[in-house]
Amino acid sequence: MEKTLKPRSEKKTENFIAIICLVAFYVLLFLLDNYLPRNSFTTMLIPVLQKSSIFALVCVSMNLLNGFTGLFSLGQAGFMLIGAYVYAMLSIPDEYREAVYQYSGGTNIHFSIPEMLQGVIGQSAGSFFGAIICIIIAGIIAGIFAALIGIPVLRLKSDYLAIATLGFAEIIRAVFQWDKLGKITNGSYQLRKYTAFTDMNINIGGNVIKFTSIFPVFIAMLCILFIILLINSSYGRAFKAIRDDEIAAEAMGINLFKHKQMSFIISSFFAGAGGALLAMYQTTIQAMAFKTAMTYEILLIVVIGGIGSISGSCIASFLFIACNEWWLRFLDSGSLFGIVPVPFFRDGFRKVVFSVVIMVIVLFFSKGIMGDKEISFKGIGGFLKDPFGAKRRKAKKAVAAAAAAEGGEGNE
Amino acid sequence: MIEFLHTNMAYLLNGISVGGQYALIAIGYTMVYGVLRLINFAHGDVFMVAGLVMIYATTAMPMYISIPLVLVATVVLGFLIERAAYRPLRSAPRMSVMISAIGVSYLLQNCALYFTGGLPQVYPSIPFLSESVTIWGATTKMVTIVTPILTLVLVIILVLLLKYTKIGMAMRAVSKDFEASQLMGIKIDMVISATFVIGCFLAAVGSLLYFTNYSSVIPTSGAMPGLKAFVAAVFGGIGSIPGAVIGAFIIGICENIIKGLGWTTFSDAFSFALLIVILMVKPTGIFGEKATDKV
Repeated sequence: MEKTLKPRSEKKTENFIAIICLVAFYVLLFLLDNYLPRNSFTTMLIPVLQKSSIFALVCVSMNLLNGFTGLFSLGQAGFMLIGAYVYAMLSIPDEYREAVYQYSGGTNIHFSIPEMLQGVIGQSAGSFFGAIICIIIAGIIAGIFAALIGIPVLRLKSDYLAIATLGFAEIIRAVFQWDKLGKITNGSYQLRKYTAFTDMNINIGGNVIKFTSIFPVFIAMLCILFIILLINSSYGRAFKAIRDDEIAAEAMGINLFKHKQMSFIISSFFAGAGGALLAMYQTTIQAMAFKTAMTYEILLIVVIGGIGSISGSCIASFLFIACNEWWLRFLDSGSLFGIVPVPFFRDGFRKVVFSVVIMVIVLFFSKGIMGDKEISFKGIGGFLKDPFGAKRRKAKKAVAAAAAAEGGEGNE
Repeated sequence: MIEFLHTNMAYLLNGISVGGQYALIAIGYTMVYGVLRLINFAHGDVFMVAGLVMIYATTAMPMYISIPLVLVATVVLGFLIERAAYRPLRSAPRMSVMISAIGVSYLLQNCALYFTGGLPQVYPSIPFLSESVTIWGATTKMVTIVTPILTLVLVIILVLLLKYTKIGMAMRAVSKDFEASQLMGIKIDMVISATFVIGCFLAAVGSLLYFTNYSSVIPTSGAMPGLKAFVAAVFGGIGSIPGAVIGAFIIGICENIIKGLGWTTFSDAFSFALLIVILMVKPTGIFGEKATDKV
């Protein structure tokens, strides 16, 4: 992962293109939320965009641990659960509390952050900024839990670490389902009626502007940007050093525990924020859903995208969610293109096809989509000029031939 | 004390029985880990598939054919999984193999979901095992008594097999030192296949006993027993067969006592708490050998 210094002007153009693309992307999203007509395409696109941005965030947070720090953790679902619950508990409006907690005999929480803000800055802005504050708190609480869990767990190595974090995730799930805590967590019953994506609209002078899909995409992108900055900082280089060789890293003066702890807490913070967003997406949450299967799914997305590649994780989560919720739906429908009946196309066939594809990737393309590389505009340009690497291979061969002609002195 | 035992007899018996079933699964984990240094996440799902095969087999065939069929089918499945998903990654980093195991687990669960249509499948009652008996005031199924005995018999056979046969000796050699045993002319691939065959055979026996206590099988019903059996294997010292058996009995009994005390929510969490405590205090488990890291 060497980083070559680029000439300033080239970097500037690249940033410029990136900003233009981002602005164009958000304009499209804005149009999608507010002006585009609802047809079969847009009604599928919005939830897919929402969910895939959430999964991108969670996958990148897992990648920070697994791909960049070399800590094979399987606790992601547990931290998402904490985030989702904290978010929901803080943002259920007071008037609905009795109804939501009816099976647990009422609740001890009698405030709602979005509601408090609504009193100060108005109805829609209150729920908008209240949700953001709740997401941040959700992340912080998940981070605090991670700090506590990290103290004992991070001393373990590779597969023991994996199984211990998995165990903690299960314990967290059991605690949240405990009926004695029913007045806070609602036990094993679901939480609902909290602020969701559909409430994300701001009323400016009578015009309602919707942020249904911009909101999750923007929050996820902001978090991912932070992780990218972290990875490119000196801390990030320390993480990579730990991943490549713990003992060598320690010998170079990197405080192993401090950096592992830091990576673990930050990853869990974003997993918690991702959990909060997932709660917003689903509009109801239940601890039952956050099983180890969820962690496995996230891990497999990371593997598809390439362990150690952030853009890979983002692309893979979009592909995974889009195929799962949208493009491969026809496999479950019982017929091809709605006409030709295929007997084995029934419920669940999509998932079978999916898992076979995943196994093929794991076994034969273990680098995933991106390997450990990142997408760059220069790379895309190069790809367009030379799509299958034929020219590059030719150039390489020419170099090798030249070296051989010199008598191979350069090798040994 | 006697009074306590008497009132909680049902839980205790159940605990011993569940412990025996966990032990049969845990041996599969511990042997595979001993040889390949791999947590075989798919093992719990192989166990679930054995349950499903039993259900489908009994609808078409009499019991005396379907039981051997289940054993054979599970063994073949384990062999094929090793062949297809783990062997190509023999020289890959350990984490890739573990990811492959997670992928296989995902595949098996999704296939089960597809074939069952997501509905719980009713497990057939096996004639002798499903009869009820009363021991010291506690009514239970015959399987509760059969399980610990059968488990112990199978474990003793396995230990003898490992100690006195050629393949057993090869397995021990491979788990001691992978490379050196290769140099000594041991056919590694055959030894690993044999490990999977034995592990899956025991898992199939375990599934026959385990699901007799439950009314139905769903695609995820292998995940939890699998994880708990793994905890048992770690608790006993991974790589050690007596350790796995003792660990499994301890977990099975404790879990059922916790259920008896009315803390059902935490019966699963207990196993994981135990795992974390043992990893903190004695990472090599009760009977595990101390490994030294070479730089």
